[in-house]
Amino acid sequence: MQVELDGHAAWVYTGGKPFDPSLPVVLFIHGASHDHSVWALQSRYLAHHGRAVLAVDLPGHGRSGGMPLPSIEALADWIARLLGAIGVERAMLVGHSMGSLVALECAARHPQRVSALALVSTAFPMRVSEELLTATRDDEPAAQAMVNLWSHSGLAQYPGNPGPGFWVARVNLRLMQRQRPGVMHVDFAACDAYSNGLAACARVSCPVLLVLGTRDAMTPPRAAKGLSAALSDVRVVEIEGAGHAIMAEQPDALLAALERFGA
Amino acid sequence: MTPPRHPGFDTLSLHAGQRPDPVTGARATPIFQTAAYVFQDTDQAASLFNMERAGHVYSRISNPTNAVLEERIAALDGGVGALATASGQAALHLAVSTLAGAGSHVLASRSLYGGSHNLLHHTMRRFGLDTSFVDPRDLDAWRAAIRPTTRLLFAETLGNPGLDVLDIPSVAQIAHEAGLPLLVDSTFTTPYLQRPLDFGADLVMHSATKFLGGHGVAIGGLLVDGGSFDWERSGRFPELTEPYVGFHGMDFQEESTVAAFLLRARREGLRDFGACMAPFTAFQLLQGIETLSLRMERHVANTREVVRFLSSHAAVESVNHPELPSHPDHALARTLLPKGCGAVFTFEIRGGRPAGRKFIESLRLFSHLANVGDAKSLVIHPATTTHFRLDDAALRVSGIGPGTLRLSVGLEDHADLIDDLAQALRASQKI
Ligand SMILES: Cc1ncc(COP(=O)(O)O)c(C=O)c1O
Repeated sequence: MQVELDGHAAWVYTGGKPFDPSLPVVLFIHGASHDHSVWALQSRYLAHHGRAVLAVDLPGHGRSGGMPLPSIEALADWIARLLGAIGVERAMLVGHSMGSLVALECAARHPQRVSALALVSTAFPMRVSEELLTATRDDEPAAQAMVNLWSHSGLAQYPGNPGPGFWVARVNLRLMQRQRPGVMHVDFAACDAYSNGLAACARVSCPVLLVLGTRDAMTPPRAAKGLSAALSDVRVVEIEGAGHAIMAEQPDALLAALERFGA
Repeated sequence: MTPPRHPGFDTLSLHAGQRPDPVTGARATPIFQTAAYVFQDTDQAASLFNMERAGHVYSRISNPTNAVLEERIAALDGGVGALATASGQAALHLAVSTLAGAGSHVLASRSLYGGSHNLLHHTMRRFGLDTSFVDPRDLDAWRAAIRPTTRLLFAETLGNPGLDVLDIPSVAQIAHEAGLPLLVDSTFTTPYLQRPLDFGADLVMHSATKFLGGHGVAIGGLLVDGGSFDWERSGRFPELTEPYVGFHGMDFQEESTVAAFLLRARREGLRDFGACMAPFTAFQLLQGIETLSLRMERHVANTREVVRFLSSHAAVESVNHPELPSHPDHALARTLLPKGCGAVFTFEIRGGRPAGRKFIESLRLFSHLANVGDAKSLVIHPATTTHFRLDDAALRVSGIGPGTLRLSVGLEDHADLIDDLAQALRASQKI
């Protein structure tokens, strides 16, 4: 589905079904250098199980036009404007990595729009090493290689994403390569610069779920401790053996956690 | 900056796509010899059918043993995934039928394996698909032969029978300028000698029957999706970028930004044409791939010894191998195939058909058969076997002489191979 927002096309995957605003809405926010397709095995399922799904391509990513937005705060406001443009009053937000910070900030700034939050592979602060941040600016292939290596827990993923016979690590690398030049640096710089996480937590009153991979090398479970301490209504699910790319590595476990949480 | 260490080729050959079985602890890849898989409940069944969840339903579409093989070859070739098929022929048919249909056009190298040529030139034509063939070395010919209906460019890494080295970067560029993908048959080189996706190819196919298996015991094919071709931007592939009524109205590129081709090939071509691989075959091919590096190294080393021997033999008119300076693609081979040009090549024996026949019949170690890429050394004399109906003039058109012999050099002690060749060459000249 495509909507006009801020003078650009905003593209949203609706899970293979027409969007039906009368159903409870779940909005998925991808992470840095990604697009909606990282949620293939969660978004399509929920869309066929009684939810109205919006898996966005953030500005400048995937099929959405415009420039990538330079801060988590700007992205959070964009999500709220997108919900308004589509005519959705309230939605559960599910975010991965950078997208988890966007979801959190959106819930803090626009509490009336957010019914619940699921933060997948999250951390605060989400500091990016100097080396990686520089590489995202000066040498995207090197930066992509680093991020791809750190995103996966091993050399075999069952059941494969989007299905058996797919090599998850290369799917992830190709998706990063598919984004326009410059997007990667804007995204990682936004993660690195975001400082409002704990203040945002204090303002969030809706239920929050943290889903963390025990073998995540980018946002390890300990890096989310500050968030869980600062949130008032929080559940933490650790997925054994999962790396940063939980959606691809353990799609069923993530889906189960989301469903138990009420997604 | 030191880039992070990714697992190397040999490690991937042994581990990619598989870990010890979580239930039994089996270290080897189990052979999941089952046609179907029990559903947990009706909802899980429906979700699997509708691709809301990943998993196995029926072994024509996917199988856990095959999935390990598919992920392993994808890892070795640098693709986003792969499909295991009943044969190399089935892999080519699956690639072509996923992207092209009646009224469309395929542009292929004229230096193809005979079976590929048959499929495209005769059989697919019966289904309304037109293929034209060009000299793979003639870049202008590639460019000029592209039509509005073209859907795919296709060539072999090392052409048949002349071992033309495919200039993958240049042909890929021509394809991409026209919004088209390049499919490369990598059977003779395997990802150990060359990864065509790294040079710009978009899809790779293998007859896994050959060097990947290496044992000559199983027929199989693999089709790898590089994941870098943007079907939407090309605008020529509504099969991948518009809702498909044959599969729940799915728009494959919307579903998977980078793996749309493979999704469609599995959910349509494998499902409907049904040329799937048996899990036992997948297991046998995995056994082969575990030692791919070691074997290819030896294949190449033995081939170099044999080429050296033949090149200076009085009964040999010429040797056709890209590692020789006399080969027209020698320079290209050095840049695109620095580790070697494989183990299949041809040479011309003095004395034409009769000498060729006598040579073949005198060999003791080399096996006379129609295959390549076995651990054992193989030989064939096209003029008296595969092409026996053709006279000398017709043979020339196919790039074959009456005295052309094709060797596939195996893993035996090279001194024994050379002894065998020496005695058979002697015998061939005594007639
Ligand atoms: C280069 C090449 N491609 C494709 C094939 C076909 O493969 P298969 O015999 O596994 O169907 C062959 C078989 O000889 C081959 O040599």
